[in-house]
Amino acid sequence: MSAIYILWLRELKKYTRSRTQIVASLGQPLLYLFVLGFGFGPVFRRAGEGSYLQFVAPGVIGVTILFTSIFSGMSLLWDRQFGFLKETLVAPVPRMHVMLGRTLGGATVAMLQGTLMAVVCLIAGFRPASLAAAPLGAVFMLLIALVFVALGVSIGASLQDLQGFQLIMNFLVMPIFFLSGALFPLNNLPAALAALTRLDPMSYGVDGLRAALLGAAHFGVGTDLAVLATVAATLLWLGAWRFSKIEA
Amino acid sequence: MIRVRNVVKKFGQVTAVDGISFEVRTGEIFAFLGPNGAGKTTTIRMLTTLLPPTSGTLQLNGLDPVAQRAEARKHFGIVFQDPSLDQDLTAWENMDLHGALYHVPGAARRERAEMLLRLFDLWERRDAPVKEFSGGMRRRLEIARGLLHTPKILFLDEPTLGLDPQSRNQLWAHVKRLNEEEGVTVFLTTHYMDEADRVAHRIAVIDHGRLVAVGSSRELQERTGTHSLEDAFIALTGASIRDEGASAADRMRQAARMWRRRT
Repeated sequence: MSAIYILWLRELKKYTRSRTQIVASLGQPLLYLFVLGFGFGPVFRRAGEGSYLQFVAPGVIGVTILFTSIFSGMSLLWDRQFGFLKETLVAPVPRMHVMLGRTLGGATVAMLQGTLMAVVCLIAGFRPASLAAAPLGAVFMLLIALVFVALGVSIGASLQDLQGFQLIMNFLVMPIFFLSGALFPLNNLPAALAALTRLDPMSYGVDGLRAALLGAAHFGVGTDLAVLATVAATLLWLGAWRFSKIEA
Repeated sequence: MIRVRNVVKKFGQVTAVDGISFEVRTGEIFAFLGPNGAGKTTTIRMLTTLLPPTSGTLQLNGLDPVAQRAEARKHFGIVFQDPSLDQDLTAWENMDLHGALYHVPGAARRERAEMLLRLFDLWERRDAPVKEFSGGMRRRLEIARGLLHTPKILFLDEPTLGLDPQSRNQLWAHVKRLNEEEGVTVFLTTHYMDEADRVAHRIAVIDHGRLVAVGSSRELQERTGTHSLEDAFIALTGASIRDEGASAADRMRQAARMWRRRT
């Protein structure tokens, strides 16, 4: 148990110490929030969909968590590169504990980043429907974080070096982001695109956040929770399995 | 303390370790020498539970590193060939993290961490992040960390690689002192013959995965009719350069590993 705690703490320490990284990882979501938020605003309003900033804010919070989580999970690759991974692999603790400590640490960091982004959204003029929805919002933030840290760990444990990282970002993370409905409503999409969005776990995360913060859901809160919990459990299992296969 | 019997390790078609047997006595400093690709690191990896042998038996302080892996891991400390510190954390945090991973209770952990950091001249810099440390300081910190859980055996895999003579000297002085004061058994590999000559009680020479000689530096010199350990080593292992063979073997190993991952 102390191993899980100390590795969780390590992720937090590394996070609070890398101020540049905190700012850098907020950069892209901020761009979406401000440039798209205010850029698409007039068109969105004319289409009768209300305020685009209101619409996009939950998506941007979700995306911040998505990016931070995947990156956290894949930081395994850096630990392999710089050698620290070996220190944990040769220790007399179950691999499962090492994996759990990293994953929970990464998820905590992602939630902190998401909360930071939520504050920025509030400052930018975003107004949630009611404050009572905050706990449900936190549940969805946690689920999104767990899903994508576990995915990051699975990928990080399966790659041998840093070269695959960019590939994963371009061909996995960006599609997950764009197909999630973070930037556009999922109503009335062409059938093929609608089918793809339904395959993307992030769609349910964004939908859940929107349900919690705005009170309007596309799939429904029950579906969102069920899908995310199932995907999280599956990916945690996959991550633990991939992690157990790493050769020190 | 360490017992190795007829141990063989094959990676696909390549035999990295080919039936070696030896013993390391309690409290001994034992040097494991050999040219590149001779099987030194593979042997260390097997002894430290990271790799199961293809056949043969290993024992560490009476424990089987394959069958009793978790327990065996508490009995040794290891300094890998490549650095394994977390550079973003401070020296103290690296020690503390290690203590938690090895289940050293809080008060004992702090006390021993302080003792070791002082011993290795790192106490003043304990709150500095490791990325600000020199190569020699990092190596010393790794050894201090490896000793935090009071292991019976310390494995050092080429610990002085890339260090200047001053740092090397200082490092071995520390290791000798710990060996004398705490009686920790040391199993080391190095390419510097003068180091092995100076610190090791006994030396094993491995070549092409086979042990070619075991004994004190003097015994090896007598057996080969030479007057220095370096000459004895060359006499035992030949003068040809092994880089090519080593890298080809490494490539095979890499290929075997990749192939295994796919299936």
